[in-house]
Amino acid sequence: MSSVALALQDGIVVGKRNLIKITRVPEILVWITMSPIMFVLLFSYVFGSMIEIPGMPYREFLMAGIFTQTVIFGATFTGASLAEDMTKGIIDRFRSLPMARSAVVVGRTGADIFYNLTSLVLMTATGLVVGWRINTGVLEAAGGYLLLLAFAFAISWIMAFVGLKVSSVEVVNNASFMFIFPITFISNAFVRADFLPGPLQTFAEWNPVSAVAQAAREAFGNTGNLPQPDVWSLDNPIVYTLIWVGIILAVFVPLSIRQYNKSAGRA
Amino acid sequence: MTDMIKTSGLVKRYGKVVALDGLDLVVPGGTVLGLLGPNGAGKTTAVRILTTLLEPDGGTAEVAGIDVSKDPDKVRKRIGLSGQTAAVDEHLSGYENLTMVGRLYHLGARRSKERARELLERFDLVEAGDRPAKTYSGGMRRRLDLAAALVASPDVLFLDEPTTGLDPRSRVQMWETIQDLARSGSTVLLTTQYMEEADRLADDIVVIDRGRKIAHGTADQLKNQIGGERIETVLKSADDLHPAQTILQRFCVGDVQVDEQARTLTAAIDGGVDVLRSVLGHLADANIAVVDVGLRRPTLDDVFLSLTGHHAEEVAETNGDAPEAEPERTTERDKEAVR
Repeated sequence: MSSVALALQDGIVVGKRNLIKITRVPEILVWITMSPIMFVLLFSYVFGSMIEIPGMPYREFLMAGIFTQTVIFGATFTGASLAEDMTKGIIDRFRSLPMARSAVVVGRTGADIFYNLTSLVLMTATGLVVGWRINTGVLEAAGGYLLLLAFAFAISWIMAFVGLKVSSVEVVNNASFMFIFPITFISNAFVRADFLPGPLQTFAEWNPVSAVAQAAREAFGNTGNLPQPDVWSLDNPIVYTLIWVGIILAVFVPLSIRQYNKSAGRA
Repeated sequence: MTDMIKTSGLVKRYGKVVALDGLDLVVPGGTVLGLLGPNGAGKTTAVRILTTLLEPDGGTAEVAGIDVSKDPDKVRKRIGLSGQTAAVDEHLSGYENLTMVGRLYHLGARRSKERARELLERFDLVEAGDRPAKTYSGGMRRRLDLAAALVASPDVLFLDEPTTGLDPRSRVQMWETIQDLARSGSTVLLTTQYMEEADRLADDIVVIDRGRKIAHGTADQLKNQIGGERIETVLKSADDLHPAQTILQRFCVGDVQVDEQARTLTAAIDGGVDVLRSVLGHLADANIAVVDVGLRRPTLDDVFLSLTGHHAEEVAETNGDAPEAEPERTTERDKEAVR
């Protein structure tokens, strides 16, 4: 078997371990299932009833933004879990085994795709209950979900690096909030980017989070009568998102795997 | 017989702290080496280097003829490691832990499952096999950890303080398991702080302290190295320790070891029962009440103390105080005896 296939297989074995853990620790299960539902309900009732944006109902506009923010928050779980793992004896076991050095990180980020998939399913169900609708076909909508998952996967690798670097669950949580709040709020996830003042508008327009939210919004047919954006990034949100996914993975996959080997003691 | 473990001049530093200071080890195939030393002696560091978890700063280490720095992945295929802290996943069941390890040794799905069942059976974990490992007792976790180390039937097994923190019953069980492994021809490197453990399990013992080898031999050789029998005296009153020590000092070889808490004096002697009789006579003359007295062969504990010198330092301090403190205490004791 080629070394890439072997590495993938080892990653799947470790990923399976991570998925089993989710089912064994009730607190994680509650967090995974409750937080997406809570986000959808809170945002749609608190902001959805107060804010109006010209062109369409706010609640419909909001849903793609909530999806985007929630899957990005999901990446925090990747970092925190790895940071926790690094303090456990099982890592010594892994490192004494003839398995791929990448498997622990691949297994983590891979398992977290399922985590985010669960989030998306629950948010969709909750969204449908509060009156949100997908106004496009199955294929287009599926594309939207895939893009959300791909972007979340890339962010997972950033958080994996952070988690391995600091090896403390609390620090990962705090650090990721410092990072996730600005990048999700200075975007078009919750407001129209073209209504933001000067520099914030430029940041929001080129922020990949905006592109993801824009792409999802288009995929679900939730753009209403909004004008077509006139910046390239938001005019071509799928391509722009995929470029970011590619860049992030190209940088953080090798970086995280190297950090794993370093943090685990073998510099 | 080929040497399955071989290190020469192994050096490891953590900042300014020297954990290993030129360690040489040789373990012939099919034998058990006991690496004996106090906390911080460098035992775990040596194991971590040999199991590819750490890179040495100097020297070479070979396992099964493979250089651990040059080809760590090849080494990993040949070894099993069972550590100080049980390295199992607490959320997975025993069975899931073992199959996962089997898959990561690339045994294949079917063989991994077979092997997991075999090992659960062998380590008396069948009933607990489907429960998460976090529900296991300390002894069960260690057994699972050892089972995980054996999944791929490795040529060389590293056991880092396998019984530290176990209750006495679990410890004896673990010893029996390790003895079985040794009998079946595995090469084992075992680290321990327990003399009794090394005595019982190891063919060969290396005593290390501050990262250096300070003695090497079989248990018997090491015992002979530090002289003959020990006389051990337990006194009724702690006040008698110093006068009794002065009496014993006249008959013994080397220093008298004083354990104040247990009110026990231990000293190496030459001359057996005759000496014991004289000592008892002198103690009786001095009006010192003895609870228990006996002659015994030196234990590895004695070997260890006299080699590392840690205990000897404490005795030296006590001796330094003794001449001044003694007369006063003797008087006090006399007074009490009169009362």
